[in-house]
Amino acid sequence: MKNKLFLVILSIVVFFAKNSFALIEVDITRGNLNPLPIAVSSLYVESKTSEALEETDLGAEISKVVETNLLRSGLFNPLAKDSFVQKPDIAHLKPRFEDWKLIKAQALVTGKINIANDKLRVEFRLWDVLAAKEMMALAFTTVPTNWRRIAHIITDKIYKRLTGEEGYFDTRIIYVSEEGPKNQRIKKLAIMDQDGANTKYLTLGNELVLTPRFNPTNQMVTYMSFFRNLPRVYLLDIETGVQEVVGDFPGMTFAPRFSPDGKKIIMSFAKDGNSDIFTMNLETKEVERITEHPAIDTSPSYSPDGKYISFNSDRSGLQQIYVMRSDGSDVKRITFGKGIYGTPVWSPRGDLIAFTKMYKSNFYIGVMRTDGSGERLLTENYYQEAPSWSPNGRVLIFYRETKSGSQGEGFSATLWSIDLTGYNERLIETRTDASDPSWSSLLTK
Amino acid sequence: MTKSIFLSFFFHILLIVLTAISLPHMLRKPIDLPPVISVELIQISDITNIPYAPKAKKILEKIKKEKERIVSEQAPPKAVKKEKPEAIPLPDDVKKQKKIKTKKQNPKKIDTEIKQASEFEKKELFDPNQIAALIDKSKIKQAETIRKDNKITQSQDKNFTTSSLTLSEEDALKAQIFGCWSIPLGLPYNEDLLVKIKLKLKQDGTVIKSEILDHVRMNTPGQAFYKVLAESALRAVRLCQPLRVPTTGYERWKDLQLNFDANEMLKG
Repeated sequence: MKNKLFLVILSIVVFFAKNSFALIEVDITRGNLNPLPIAVSSLYVESKTSEALEETDLGAEISKVVETNLLRSGLFNPLAKDSFVQKPDIAHLKPRFEDWKLIKAQALVTGKINIANDKLRVEFRLWDVLAAKEMMALAFTTVPTNWRRIAHIITDKIYKRLTGEEGYFDTRIIYVSEEGPKNQRIKKLAIMDQDGANTKYLTLGNELVLTPRFNPTNQMVTYMSFFRNLPRVYLLDIETGVQEVVGDFPGMTFAPRFSPDGKKIIMSFAKDGNSDIFTMNLETKEVERITEHPAIDTSPSYSPDGKYISFNSDRSGLQQIYVMRSDGSDVKRITFGKGIYGTPVWSPRGDLIAFTKMYKSNFYIGVMRTDGSGERLLTENYYQEAPSWSPNGRVLIFYRETKSGSQGEGFSATLWSIDLTGYNERLIETRTDASDPSWSSLLTK
Repeated sequence: MTKSIFLSFFFHILLIVLTAISLPHMLRKPIDLPPVISVELIQISDITNIPYAPKAKKILEKIKKEKERIVSEQAPPKAVKKEKPEAIPLPDDVKKQKKIKTKKQNPKKIDTEIKQASEFEKKELFDPNQIAALIDKSKIKQAETIRKDNKITQSQDKNFTTSSLTLSEEDALKAQIFGCWSIPLGLPYNEDLLVKIKLKLKQDGTVIKSEILDHVRMNTPGQAFYKVLAESALRAVRLCQPLRVPTTGYERWKDLQLNFDANEMLKG
């Protein structure tokens, strides 16, 4: 009987099936890469602390730094504050989303600051305007002089929440500051925030310095300088200012870089016209030869997992990029294009290698996959080199030199950044001429 | 014993009859040509931003007139013409028929005409080779079927039972959403970057309800990127609404699933 009942129900279902509709599915496989319109409202100062004029300015200044960071990333379009209808204090409590929709904002940043007992407390909220809901709310406390850093940290949080990847704003850049005529340049190590603010000099400029690189904790820097008229690799503690020569090599050492764990320094050692790659353990001072070839092997760079090393060599006749295991085995040439390739740097993501290419008297900064495929040239200029990755592997910083006359007139060296799309190229303003930049990892993780 | 045999026989027969009735209806799915026509150029012209000018006004009026003509073409006169070879009417009868033709403004008759059209389509789907023969019968049965459902478009759509959007409908919707979806660039390349969103729509394309189908993944450790991706997809939907949905067949697309796949864009 049950079976019959089932059959009856089944037949009824079949009969009425004609009136039901299958769920329509539409595949969306394309989107746009337009910058996201975002409104960064000024941070308002709470009434308790509004007596001090500086505090009032601080709210606007922090929002301005956040806005500039977002704009420079190329992924956001901060909207003009003139168009904001709602006041910052009310917006922070409860935004009128309709007002923000009117100006085409898709995200909104609001916040407030409070200074009490020499402590700066900054609170901010990120709102999804279209969904009319809060996406994130955080507060930070620090000393008031550290307000720029707070602004960078806020930017990192916003960036990560909206793009899905780590930011790169709370970072520093170490570079070589250059002053004076071209043939008598004074070169000093300098460090600054990623946006060019807070510049500090680490050396006096008595000796030539080149190729500074951060260690993974950003507390140590390795670079090349001259010791008894020989180029040697140095180690500098940023906090204490203590410098020391790395190893006791009977020749030139140059192009240093830290291993991903920070325990080793990898560098080139040149003697009798031959250059090979060596590592030195900073704890045991043990030196290990990685390459042994009559050609010039230089510019070594570890992969983020420490298993591979990329370097450039002229062992094939022209300078090209090679990849090998970290013990020096399994050497493979990965560039076969026209021109000369150099300064390979492995991306922190591990998926790409950035390089400098010279072809027909022009210099290019480009990226390719770690097997050498998918070469993309991001920017071209008269002279540019030394790319360094942002910690999230999206942006490259490098330096560019201009043509100059026979007496060096018209010469300048400037820092530039470019993202992987190749469209977002920006000048990084520095106090002096600058070269050889190196990007730190995130200061706050 | 005999009772159960009888019952079994009865239900089997019932099942066969029901299947015989329902199966042809189910077979209609592939035939969806009429909805393609119903996408209508008018819809596109409404959406485009052509400035309202005297010329545009004239064009619109022309389109409206053409519409009216199309409706009038479906009116009885045509059907009468087809009857001619079968009935061979007397001169008096012809005159009567002509009089009927002139009464185009009679709303009742226009209703029946449209209903005839839908019924006509029904018959056509059953047996396309015997359309002419079915016209007369359809006239008789029309009134009954129409009374059951006064919503002309919906009844038509039910007859077609198309379960997907036409290519042009789908393209229009896709093109709209492509422009609204800002893909987050920080997504990992080696992950599944597909977000399925189920929408409940109003007839004008406004979103009543949106639901992320794989919602659990939003809070799964190591899948933080999915939340970013899903939110970007939701933003796209909200930004785009009202969605460019077909003007007809609401029952078909009132529930819609959008599969946002960032793999193609980011992986290249």
